[in-house]
Amino acid sequence: MAEKTLRGAFPLSTRKISARIGIAPIIAAVVLLIIILIAIFAPLVAPHDPLLQNPIERLKPPSSDHLLGTDNYGRDLFSRVVYGARVSLVIGIGVTILSVVIGLAVGLVSGFFRTADAVIMRIMDGLMAMPSVLLAIAIVSLVGASIWTVMAAITIPEIPRVVRLVRSVVLTAREEPYVEAAIALGTSMPRVLWRHLMPNTFAPLTVQATYVCASAILTEAILSFLGAGVSTETPTWGNIMAEARVFFQLKPSLILWPGLALSLCILSINLLGDAARDVLDPRMGKRED
Amino acid sequence: MPVLMVEDLHVAVDSKAELEVIHGITIEINAGETVCLVGESGSGKSVSSLATMGLLPKGSLKVTKGRILLDGENLLDLSPSQLRDRRATRMSMIFQEPMTALNPVIKVGEQIEEVLQAHTKLSNAETHAKVMDMLEQVGLPDIERIARSYPHQLSGGQRQRIMIAMALVLEPRLLIADEPTTALDVTTQKQILKLIKELQEKHGTAVLFITHDMGVVAEIADRVYVMNQGDLVESGEVKQILSSPRQDYTRRLLSSVPSLVPRASRPVIRKKLALQVTELNKVYGRGGFLSKAKTTHAAREVSFNLTAGRTLGIVGESGSGKSTVARCVMRMIDPTSGGIRVGGQEISGLTRKGLHPFRKRLQMVFQDPYRSLNPRLTIEESIIEGPVNYGTPPKAARARAGELLELVGLPASAAKRYPHMFSGGQRQRIAIARALAMEPELLVADEAVSALDVSVQSQVLELLTEIQERTGIAILFITHDLRVAAQICDEVAVMRRGEVVEIGETADVLGNPQHEYTQALLSAAPGRDWDFANFRPVAA
Repeated sequence: MAEKTLRGAFPLSTRKISARIGIAPIIAAVVLLIIILIAIFAPLVAPHDPLLQNPIERLKPPSSDHLLGTDNYGRDLFSRVVYGARVSLVIGIGVTILSVVIGLAVGLVSGFFRTADAVIMRIMDGLMAMPSVLLAIAIVSLVGASIWTVMAAITIPEIPRVVRLVRSVVLTAREEPYVEAAIALGTSMPRVLWRHLMPNTFAPLTVQATYVCASAILTEAILSFLGAGVSTETPTWGNIMAEARVFFQLKPSLILWPGLALSLCILSINLLGDAARDVLDPRMGKRED
Repeated sequence: MPVLMVEDLHVAVDSKAELEVIHGITIEINAGETVCLVGESGSGKSVSSLATMGLLPKGSLKVTKGRILLDGENLLDLSPSQLRDRRATRMSMIFQEPMTALNPVIKVGEQIEEVLQAHTKLSNAETHAKVMDMLEQVGLPDIERIARSYPHQLSGGQRQRIMIAMALVLEPRLLIADEPTTALDVTTQKQILKLIKELQEKHGTAVLFITHDMGVVAEIADRVYVMNQGDLVESGEVKQILSSPRQDYTRRLLSSVPSLVPRASRPVIRKKLALQVTELNKVYGRGGFLSKAKTTHAAREVSFNLTAGRTLGIVGESGSGKSTVARCVMRMIDPTSGGIRVGGQEISGLTRKGLHPFRKRLQMVFQDPYRSLNPRLTIEESIIEGPVNYGTPPKAARARAGELLELVGLPASAAKRYPHMFSGGQRQRIAIARALAMEPELLVADEAVSALDVSVQSQVLELLTEIQERTGIAILFITHDLRVAAQICDEVAVMRRGEVVEIGETADVLGNPQHEYTQALLSAAPGRDWDFANFRPVAA
């Protein structure tokens, strides 16, 4: 059934796709793939234990042993950045899946049933009115920081965005004659939602998912940087930078490398998102003048 | 010298020159002449006009060969800025949908002034005077108020008059009108056609009028060019084309135009009432929480009966409430009051659950065959959806779908394909097959043939009649087209502003109309004096 619903949601052939988007998204995909592989095989890639402190080797410049040098505890910066990718990606992907699944379900109901809509959308307005970083800090300080609470804290403010998107698609699609035809054929409401309305949301959701992912990774880094994220025992790009803040004038590369990894990762995801948008919604694509 | 001379024009898809959409057409228009370019969808008539205006979509279509001479000057040699200048001062165009062609956030008077300011050196006072004069000429009432209105504050007919005023304010030599009356009601259409004719005589403009409607051709054309699939099939004086077409294609096109003379009523065979609507009312827009109620009475005390095996047509212009009645009968919307009985059972007050068993007995065919089938489902999946909902095993439903496809004239092997692989007419057949799969007692067809070309339209109408004779189904046929109503309906109800003004046997209502509104509708039907199928004027 799922396969049937998916079919036809992405109507273009691969040749047309590559002709439309150009080279940048392909580079982005390669970069992202490398980051993902590094994260998965972190124990093999990293030359040192990221947590192993070595006071003699404090704040050393890059050498053959320490590719990017060491931090103020003498930990290998390269190994820490490599392990940091794990947290970022788990949070990025986790938040994306959670917010898309919850947002899709809530958005479908909200778009289709007018009575539910009035209530749901006011709740969503309320959630959207809270700055996401502040909400995350509040939740983390209430329940304590772990990768799960951080993920939940970032997911909650992302949900309203997905709900609004899904709802707007459903509101347009439900006026389509084929939906009315399905109702006239005695199709039950859950089935109309599943079979006739939901597939319309896949293309815009794919695009939105990339932005959610990028924004989640960034928010996690911000939370870690502010000290409200995952505990410092687990290296993340955010808390590596937070710890390096004090030594910034002494050794700016401590912030440079995790920052660069974060930027590359987010840029790649956003580029892929833009490409997905161009492919799935031709009207938004490059105009030829 | 002709005003416009199109010589051996070839248009092809930009990236693949071998994919030609226009295969060398030659058109000539003289000053003060109205030339109609007719053809069905995909014939290339709009592409030809866009090529003339230099408005072909860049990157998808381009002129590969030929010349377009406007007063002897080849438009294809001009630079974009020169072309832009010619487009305003020497030739102009009016489009089908005036709402999208006008800027919604600028007052219409200012939009016309803008044209003058861009191309003339008139003072502000002169510009204003000229705009007012033009608005007067296109027959708009209360011109000062209209000039200060935004497009959405005007009716469709008024907007089209504004477009015409804008197109003619610089007194161009050539006016291209691309289906300018297709989106309008017949009575408005009649006025607009008259207006174009009058202005043309006054200014000596050459008019290239693009249409698919033979009635309009008979009304307005001096000469006619018939196009089919990018070729010019035939050209000549309008009388000659209509009375003695030389080509088979033209002949077929003309014979598909349904006659306004009602067909003979069929005898009532079955006595069983399929649908009984009594004093149906639908009021839109109850007042909000704080706002005062602003209501529209979309249907007012509508009553009619429909017996099995017969077709009742509801005709009327846009906003007459005919679709509201159809949607109330289908229970897509809830009627405000009144009774709807299907096969003797009252369904007007039923809830969604209570309605479930009755859905099977009434089915609908929608106007737009491109939107009424889910593009992501194969047509078989679409057809079996209903029966499976009511407990038919999928296997049996699939076998039945194959039979139904053959019944509507498509091969059973088409079942596994998707809607986009079919033409509009074929899709409408599929939609009919889907409705029939439920074995309903009543079929509601809401403008079911309005989006189709005449030749396809006549085939679908024939199919409906044939199915009706075979199955004894009752059909509620909603249409704005009196010609179609005359050919398919046994009885007709004429609606205006939510009320049924006249109802009776088709032969009586359309043959000898009693109500002044029915009379007005009939007299506004374009080409009413011509019997297209028999290539002669209607015998008086």
